[in-house]
Amino acid sequence: MINLLINDQKVSVLEGTTVLAAAKKLKINIPTLCNHDDLCVAGNCRVCIVEQKGARTLIASCATPAAEGMEIHTNTLKVRNARKHIVELLLSEHRSDCTKCYKNQNCELQKLANDFAFGDHVFLDLVEDKKYNIDRSSPSFIKDDSKCIRCQRCVRTCSELQSIAAIAVANKGAHQKISSFHDRPMSQVVCSNCGQCVNRCPTGALVEKTAIDQVWDAIYDPDKHVVVQTAPAVRVALGEDLGYDPGERVTGKMVNALRQLGFNSVLDTDFSADLTIMEEGTELLVRLKKALVDGDKQISLPMFTSCSPGWIKFIEHKYPEYLPNLSTCKSPQQMFGALAKTYYASKRNIDPSKIVSVSIMPCIAKKFEADRPEMRASGYKDVDFVLTTRELAVMIKQAGIDFRNIEEAKYDSIMGDSTGAAVIFGATGGVMEAALRTAYEIVTGREVPFGNLNITPVRGMDGVKEASIKIEGCVDAWKFLEGAELKVAIAHGLANANKLMKMVKDGKATYHFIEIMGCPGGCIGGGGQPIPTSLAIRQKRMKAIYSEDEHMTLRKSHENPEVIAIYKEFLDQPNSHKSHELLHTHYVERENY
Amino acid sequence: MENKGLNKVGLIFEKIDNHEVLAKGFKMTREEIIQEMLDSGLKGRGGAGFPTGMKWKFTAAEKNPDKYIVCNADEGEPGTFKDREILDRVSNKVHGGMAIAGKAIGAKKGIVYLRGEYRYLLPKLMIELDAFHKMIKEIGYDFKIEYRMGSGAYICGEESALFESIEGKRGEPRNKPPYPTVSGVFGKPTSINNVETLVTAMMIIQHGAKNFIQYGTKDSRGSKVFSVSGDTPSPGIFELELGMTVQQFVNEFGDGDTKAVQVGGASGFCVPRKKFAETIIGFEGVPTGGSMKLFNSSRSMYNVLHNYLEFFTEESCGQCTPCRVGCQQLLKGVEKVKKGEAKSTYLNELMKLADTMKIAAKCGLGQSVGNAFKSIVGNFKEEIIY
Repeated sequence: MINLLINDQKVSVLEGTTVLAAAKKLKINIPTLCNHDDLCVAGNCRVCIVEQKGARTLIASCATPAAEGMEIHTNTLKVRNARKHIVELLLSEHRSDCTKCYKNQNCELQKLANDFAFGDHVFLDLVEDKKYNIDRSSPSFIKDDSKCIRCQRCVRTCSELQSIAAIAVANKGAHQKISSFHDRPMSQVVCSNCGQCVNRCPTGALVEKTAIDQVWDAIYDPDKHVVVQTAPAVRVALGEDLGYDPGERVTGKMVNALRQLGFNSVLDTDFSADLTIMEEGTELLVRLKKALVDGDKQISLPMFTSCSPGWIKFIEHKYPEYLPNLSTCKSPQQMFGALAKTYYASKRNIDPSKIVSVSIMPCIAKKFEADRPEMRASGYKDVDFVLTTRELAVMIKQAGIDFRNIEEAKYDSIMGDSTGAAVIFGATGGVMEAALRTAYEIVTGREVPFGNLNITPVRGMDGVKEASIKIEGCVDAWKFLEGAELKVAIAHGLANANKLMKMVKDGKATYHFIEIMGCPGGCIGGGGQPIPTSLAIRQKRMKAIYSEDEHMTLRKSHENPEVIAIYKEFLDQPNSHKSHELLHTHYVERENY
Repeated sequence: MENKGLNKVGLIFEKIDNHEVLAKGFKMTREEIIQEMLDSGLKGRGGAGFPTGMKWKFTAAEKNPDKYIVCNADEGEPGTFKDREILDRVSNKVHGGMAIAGKAIGAKKGIVYLRGEYRYLLPKLMIELDAFHKMIKEIGYDFKIEYRMGSGAYICGEESALFESIEGKRGEPRNKPPYPTVSGVFGKPTSINNVETLVTAMMIIQHGAKNFIQYGTKDSRGSKVFSVSGDTPSPGIFELELGMTVQQFVNEFGDGDTKAVQVGGASGFCVPRKKFAETIIGFEGVPTGGSMKLFNSSRSMYNVLHNYLEFFTEESCGQCTPCRVGCQQLLKGVEKVKKGEAKSTYLNELMKLADTMKIAAKCGLGQSVGNAFKSIVGNFKEEIIY
């Protein structure tokens, strides 16, 4: 243990603990900006400077390990003056049009300004000197360099958590900036649109491209029938933006709020998640049969899941040779969209051209996905507008809904029924677990051999997880799988995905089925989820997801009554011709820079 | 105040029998070499002046057997050109000093990080290096040196930015601790020394610490190479004993009208005429890595300052707030004052900012911008305002 004094209080910490963390142990709060729990230490904003007795300079508490006998003071005149200067310097190169900013009231720089640099600012405005660029090229997010304070959280996120490095630091001195390959627009580089950088940007330099106004317009248009679907991960995180602690499930209140906002029909992406399991599970079994029984060399295994649009764009850029391994299934959002303007329209007898299909997603890559030219199987744009969890919270506030005190409500029908298997899509390993619950039962006629259907080996926050399940006692149709061992792997966050892909590429992995989610923790840690994010917050959301599953009566996708009905009435059977037309897609190779 | 006066010395560029000195050094134990360096009081000749013996001692104490000796030849301080001359004329002594340092710290590998603009020296240096490798092989000592080129960034002369650059990354200073002696290039214990420091180390091995300390003062032992430029009839490279006053220096090199001397380059201090007599050039007064720039009364100190600030605004790596934004504010601030668009009292705010940069910037670059700023504004306020 290392013993030191902070503000004259003794504290003992493990070796390697930073001064910042040691202070936290004493409940001494040191302000930070570039520091983020998910990322490596940068020590570049210098907001967290403190005074160390005997040191020539102030030290960055986030970047300095505690040392035996250290004497630290966090609040001396020297520290206060320097910190005020630093915050004012940051403000001088930041376009401070706070009241017009999307991040107003949710900006870490604004908070620091409030705390340390109120009143008149000494320094000259540098913003106008620089010909700043606002990049609106991505359908998912806006990059506004005039609000960038060079903390490099986004750069570290993109390289450390996502192993992409679509953005990096360019130039030096006054010209230093966060830039892309050859300064290309973000839509023309290797960016996956995952939005993890948006989640960690302390200011308004990186924000989602909002569709709030377009959705309001649709809602107020009397000619339109506006349907909304909600992704599984939204219900366990939305509360955070509306005054709840992380990990609270607000499903019922969210449904009621959506109805109050004026959506004509409040439906559930969980329905199409269950449908995804039927389609994707069948696709896997067919691939396995063709590869193992028919000896078809054309069949690509392992098969990868295709629900995460960040992951899809990643593999299109980075591993295009593996595109045939991707499940051809559309994501639940897009399956829902295709059905909203076909099946739903005909069942409800509504002209599909009058339907506006909106989705609430924990994700900003979904905005890109909805814009893909492939996603028009219904003859219209299948999903018209994608809103993030954060944008929904904004709309709820705009509408003056007293979220905490409204009643809980139930989803509308049709396409509102769901099972626990669909809910867990929101957490890493969830798609795998849902698929196994169904596929195992189809093949053997029995439930998966795990207590209470909880396939725990695929759960949790480990970056790469693997599991295998022995298939025994097959029903006649699947006798060829008797005794086979189904090997699966799961990765979340693209750095882990990259690790797994390298293993696959090097022939070191012999999996049949791999689930990959683009964001850390899966969709619960998505780029459209409430800010801030941290491992602790994601763990709470994950716990809520599994508790939501436990509370469901139906917990296997193939038992969803509306799913059974849609096959009977409309789709015929999984992987049918009609399914392929509406629910499956293809992918494109993209440049790797 | 110890005043040695101005004495020209001819040790650094002296031709020596490298083989003999190295053979002598290799016969010494690691402890003996380090003790000799400690006894000599040698301080780093790059400008920061860290005791070389201590640096070697710390690196020697590290358990990791994989260590490096890095020679910092990224001579970038405005007004310094001595390392170029040393490499051009006595590179065998640089290589020799690295081998001695390697022996002291237990490193088998040396890297010279050569300033990008000095690439033209490389063919000659490669020939010298081949000869050197042959020679130490003959002596029966295992040590290899390689050259890595810089690309023109001033910040890459900062030791940890230099390591990043060698590793193929963007040249940005690291957080310290860990210090290079613990985790330097490629994360290995590293002693990084300036070109001239290594040559001086050779000299100490050759003549012994006892003789070395005959030169210089208690705080600034030995002699050192100065790069003299500016308003002087005799610009160039001069090896001088440490411990002279600025006045004595000006008497020798001035043009009779010297109003200020910038000691230590853009990151150093400006000494005005009225302080010439009382200011010792050395660690007890104004330290320098060698850069000595003389200004006569025809020069506008506003222009001098503006030039330095433009330099720093350009050459800051941009990583930390105090340096990246602070430099821009100082530059824009003095421009505004000069144009009359800001009150002259605004300079007081800028002086405070320079103080903040000194204590809050991440590395030596940002921390030393305030040196030139405060000494020029402090001594030539009227030239900045009017």
